[in-house]
Amino acid sequence: MTRVRKGELVLRYVLLLAVLALTVGPFLWQLSTSLKGPTEDIYSSPPSFLPRHPTLHNYERVADTIPVWDYAFNSLRVATANVVTNCVGSALAGYALARLRYRGRRAATLAFVLAMLVPVEGIIIAQFTTMRELGLNNTLIGVVLPGCIGAMNVLLMRNAFLNLPYEIEEAAYVDGANVWQRFLRIALPAVKGTVAVVAIFAFMGAWDDFLWPLIVLSDPSKFTLTIGLNYLHGTFANDERLVAAGTVIAVAPLIALFAGLQRYFFRGVGEGAVKG
Amino acid sequence: MASSTVSRVRRQLPTSPWLFAAPGLLIIGAFILYPFVSTLVNAFTDRRTLIPGEFVGLANFRELLHDDMFWIGLRNSSLYVLGVVPALVILPLLLALLVQKNIPGITFFRSAFYTPVVASIVVVGLIWVWLLDERGLINSLLEAVGVGRIGFLSDQWLLLLSAMAVTVWKGLGYYMIIYLAALANVPRELHEAAAVDGAGAIRRFVTVTVPAVRSTMALVGALSSVAAFKVFSEVYLMAGPSGGPAGEDTTLVMLVQRTGTGLTGRVGYASAISVVVFVVTVALMVLVLRADRRGDT
Repeated sequence: MTRVRKGELVLRYVLLLAVLALTVGPFLWQLSTSLKGPTEDIYSSPPSFLPRHPTLHNYERVADTIPVWDYAFNSLRVATANVVTNCVGSALAGYALARLRYRGRRAATLAFVLAMLVPVEGIIIAQFTTMRELGLNNTLIGVVLPGCIGAMNVLLMRNAFLNLPYEIEEAAYVDGANVWQRFLRIALPAVKGTVAVVAIFAFMGAWDDFLWPLIVLSDPSKFTLTIGLNYLHGTFANDERLVAAGTVIAVAPLIALFAGLQRYFFRGVGEGAVKG
Repeated sequence: MASSTVSRVRRQLPTSPWLFAAPGLLIIGAFILYPFVSTLVNAFTDRRTLIPGEFVGLANFRELLHDDMFWIGLRNSSLYVLGVVPALVILPLLLALLVQKNIPGITFFRSAFYTPVVASIVVVGLIWVWLLDERGLINSLLEAVGVGRIGFLSDQWLLLLSAMAVTVWKGLGYYMIIYLAALANVPRELHEAAAVDGAGAIRRFVTVTVPAVRSTMALVGALSSVAAFKVFSEVYLMAGPSGGPAGEDTTLVMLVQRTGTGLTGRVGYASAISVVVFVVTVALMVLVLRADRRGDT
């Protein structure tokens, strides 16, 4: 019954390959452009898809034009901070919402639900003035803070904890484990998958963010990679090879990260989307 | 013995729950909920970046009515919803059906189709600026087949359409995953029963698949329409900070960013535009989800 007819199978693969060309092709074209040497015509018609004399020269030139490795390091610091704060903060808050009994729990849950519904684009100016009042404008801490514990991540963790059977914690409770021990030793290890999803979301969100760093950072030495790329594009739009090299630097780590973690990722996204 | 440990555990409870929730509450309180309230308040003031500002009542909203740029922004953000949402409700569903069946290599295709979602919007924007350039790949191909070159990024409407295409391209994989999860819950027997009754693939899609994933379609509709109305990065990157020829491609969030930031930023006025963004966003969500509920009965 699960057998697929041969004709249908061929058709499926043809369609899959067509979509593959459409989704991955543009990235390969960008990679190809970044590897083309200065004497090669990148505007030829018909276009040539493979670089005739592949070179890494453009990657050196990006670094001469903008401090691209510093920008990448800034992005990495922001993203790492975001992963740590989101994993720790969301796990703690999610546990409190799912498993602990206290007055005000409903109000706390409601606060996170409301926060999830507020569109960030609509409050961005007020976030900016809040940051100014705190004196954190134009700092990487200012970039990290607003998203450092995402409301959606808290609710994801809450759902994960809610799905755990109570019995395993009850046993530990009877054995005298206090709330921190139960959280760290029993509940948290049981929701590793969701923690991984939160970590990936946090990393990607921070590494990819554009609007907020664009607003909060004004000093080019503090730029993150996305803002730096936009700057590169604006200033040196005439040399497409440089811009292409810059985008490859920005996207390669993410594709590597995703390729390594995609199993957790698809499982988690699917579960979160349906049960959320 | 046992009762004493239990009571020891109980004694720790009154303080610790709040310790667990406090960091999260503090962050969303300070950086989401407080800014939300202050946006609502600022909208009724003439606050600027360096000047506290005073209460001005509805002056900002009255000014919006006469601001050409605001109407351009509202028009473009609304067009964006109309252009992007139908594509993002239907195409990812078809894509999910394509990758649903477990055939050799399918995990590779699923992951590969997700690549545009993983790539940052800036990278995606710059890739497409290069592809759609006057002398870029797409125009080279068009010229090679004799169509001639098209100014995708220089014409006001083509630019907006191109940005929409990029948004759809980047969103396909994300919504595909949501549909995949929904399709996994469609009982196989329904398809088999329909097949026995002689229904072809298209007929089974319309009579079995679509009704079964209706609520997911509504969810995708709500998510994508809210996201489309708040579009910023795609258009900003492809049209430039000033919003294309004569600013005709400016969207509402681009306008918020442009008027509200910098040393002379009009925080009050930008907040008023933000309030419009909130209201329309909530309205869109209610509209899409209500349409779904009506269909179910």
